[in-house]
Amino acid sequence: MSKQILDLLQARFPGAILETHSQFGDDTAVVDPAAWLDVAKFLREDPRIDMDMFTDLTAVDYLWQGMVPRFEVVCHLRSLQHGHRIRIKARVGEEDGSGADIASLVPVWKGANWFERETFDMFGVNFVNHPDLRRILMYPEFEGYPLRKDYPAQKYQPLVPFRDVPGKMAPFGPDEGMSFGRQTHDQHAGYANEEAPLPPEA
Amino acid sequence: MGEVKNTTTSVRVLEGSETGFATTRLDALLGWAKKYSLFQYPFVTACCGMEFMAMASPRFDMARFGAEAPRFSPRQADLLWVVGTISQRQAPALRRIYEQMTDPKYVLAFGTCASCGGFYDNYTTVPGIDKVIPCDVYVPGCPPRPEAVLDGLMLLQDKIARGDRTPAVVKPRFDPAKHGEELLQLQRKGGG
Amino acid sequence: MEPLDLDISEGELELPSEPMLLNMGPSHPAMHGTVRIVVELSGEVINKADVQIGYLHRGFEKMCERGTWTQVFPYVDRCNYVSPMLNNVGFALAVEKMMGVTVPERCQYYRVALGELARICDHMICNGAMCMELGAFTPFLYLARAREVIWDIFEEETGARVTHSFGRVGGMAAPPTPDFKGMVRAGLARVMQYINDSEKLVLKNRIFLDRLEGVGIISKEDALALGWTGPTLRSTGAAYDVRRSHPYLVYDRLDFDIPVGTTGDNYDRFMCRLEEIRQSYRIIDQVLQQMPDEGPINVEDPRIILPPKGEVYTTIEATIQHFKIVMEGIKVPAGECYSYTEGGNGELGFYMVSDGSGTPYRMRIRPPCFAVTQGLEQLVTGLMIPDIVPTFGSLNMIGGECDH
Repeated sequence: MSKQILDLLQARFPGAILETHSQFGDDTAVVDPAAWLDVAKFLREDPRIDMDMFTDLTAVDYLWQGMVPRFEVVCHLRSLQHGHRIRIKARVGEEDGSGADIASLVPVWKGANWFERETFDMFGVNFVNHPDLRRILMYPEFEGYPLRKDYPAQKYQPLVPFRDVPGKMAPFGPDEGMSFGRQTHDQHAGYANEEAPLPPEA
Repeated sequence: MGEVKNTTTSVRVLEGSETGFATTRLDALLGWAKKYSLFQYPFVTACCGMEFMAMASPRFDMARFGAEAPRFSPRQADLLWVVGTISQRQAPALRRIYEQMTDPKYVLAFGTCASCGGFYDNYTTVPGIDKVIPCDVYVPGCPPRPEAVLDGLMLLQDKIARGDRTPAVVKPRFDPAKHGEELLQLQRKGGG
Repeated sequence: MEPLDLDISEGELELPSEPMLLNMGPSHPAMHGTVRIVVELSGEVINKADVQIGYLHRGFEKMCERGTWTQVFPYVDRCNYVSPMLNNVGFALAVEKMMGVTVPERCQYYRVALGELARICDHMICNGAMCMELGAFTPFLYLARAREVIWDIFEEETGARVTHSFGRVGGMAAPPTPDFKGMVRAGLARVMQYINDSEKLVLKNRIFLDRLEGVGIISKEDALALGWTGPTLRSTGAAYDVRRSHPYLVYDRLDFDIPVGTTGDNYDRFMCRLEEIRQSYRIIDQVLQQMPDEGPINVEDPRIILPPKGEVYTTIEATIQHFKIVMEGIKVPAGECYSYTEGGNGELGFYMVSDGSGTPYRMRIRPPCFAVTQGLEQLVTGLMIPDIVPTFGSLNMIGGECDH
């Protein structure tokens, strides 16, 4: 059923569909970022496909896997009438100098608005022609993009300077009050980080 | 002038005049009064709010401790419940609310996240509200059971009555590690 | 008697007013959860609303990339803390989809039963909180008491009242207790009584109905384009329920209806949730009849499931197996997968990328609330300030889930 969508896409955009696969039962088409908006419009408007439910939009940072366009913007769609789903992806990166830019899907589905803001907030992917591209989950003063693989998980950027009261851990014994971090499982770099203003007694 | 031999409280009953009268230390009286009239401001953010609801609802009934009336203005409250995770983005709001409260003010950290950040030790979470505002009582648990919170409330009342402002933690009243033998017996009894 | 202002035309009575900015939140007593709404007012009418979320962003996705697959369960619990069991089951199913594992039948029924109990809790609290925010405090107290009944069942089964972390990849942490069925039957009878009582208190109340009916209307097309799912979408008339459209577990064997609304206003959302509680009750009733009393609860796969504790302490093979699973984590085949279940508020999706190791490379949660909260701006534009409260309440935004 939904394999047909991939065939339809291949027929309609012969050059722009870079690859397709159906892993774990999810049909996926990797789209050329230049054709991102056109493909989305086609999926929305073609009556045989009719993807009217905007389900999800996010990105993945493939830095550790060494993929050259670093980010993959992933979008999940569903059709209410036909009940089929598809995932479309586009690879963008900032290595090629153009920045991680991709067309915004807000003109097609207005629900893309917050999802794109979130992706911008977390990964720094720039959605061109987005009506209101601001940070959504983090505060405007925040620097960097937390879900990128090179952002240290523990790097605080406090809005309020932490208090510095030496005796305030009085009720705790020496072992209590330590953070529950999963230091032992953290195989990847970026846990310990010198720039982060660590809490005073840590 | 006689004096009642009662060393545990600071109340003295003075005799010698026609009616007799009692004296007490003003701070003890105030402490006693404050203890049972905690006007609370719930700063509810996350999961612990579920247990906070449970605590305020009839089964656990916080009203028994004189801490029933929630004030939705920090200026009228004297007990700030910080219920749930405080993110870096939320911290200025929390600090501001604390500053708006009038003295005497007490803070109760409800749950592990409010106490020390819990298992969210990452870029966005404040590792404990005591990094931002002073805190009187910590109630650990994720989320703590209402019984533990009520224990924390009683601990706070106790501290208020004594005029003690050092922070305190709610600990289990029964430490199984120290009573291994009793625990074993309990298990034997239960397990048959 | 003639009114004094008879010769004044309608428009002249309006006081001249400039647009005013009003800031609601992030810690506002009428907001359950932490959200900030900056509304631009003209008089009392809302011209524009800017909904700002993120006050409870706890870095769920970043934290998941730092532990094993199994260690995600506690975080998933705290995403939607009103119905943690649904999230638990949803995540377990997602990893199982990637690994190609199907849990035994008894476990499937068990998951459905626990999940539906959590759904009842979720809808009860949403409706109760909505009543409370509209000034009807008693229904909330009734429903909070009813929730305690369900939480007692959960406590008996899982050991925790709220955050159970009870799901496991390939099964559950423990089999059902021997008196599970009796406990659920007895408990649910009481719960339904509480629900009926609380319903009688509000559903004929003129003030309550006036604040719900015709307020916060959204069309089906708009709701779809905004990515709405769950009760909020169904209230607009679109009968999309993952349990029916893409059945998972044993939902295809169970008989239940999907309540849909007609206009998509606050009243429809309230009633959809109310009716879904009844449908969940039906589902649990059938599950209790069909669920086998005997049989394994976990899959027989030593790569996924921890060996019994007795063997771990006595045999070296089981010790090694235990060590490998705990320290390295379950090995999930490389690739990407999107799995979806019906959570408390709608389609709860997990998009996972695995590199074949014991740690998720990327874990994306698709929170239903996020899409739903996004529609709030559209809903309240043109309404009045007091309408924000029931409209926001009917969307059931759960901070932990919405802000990840």
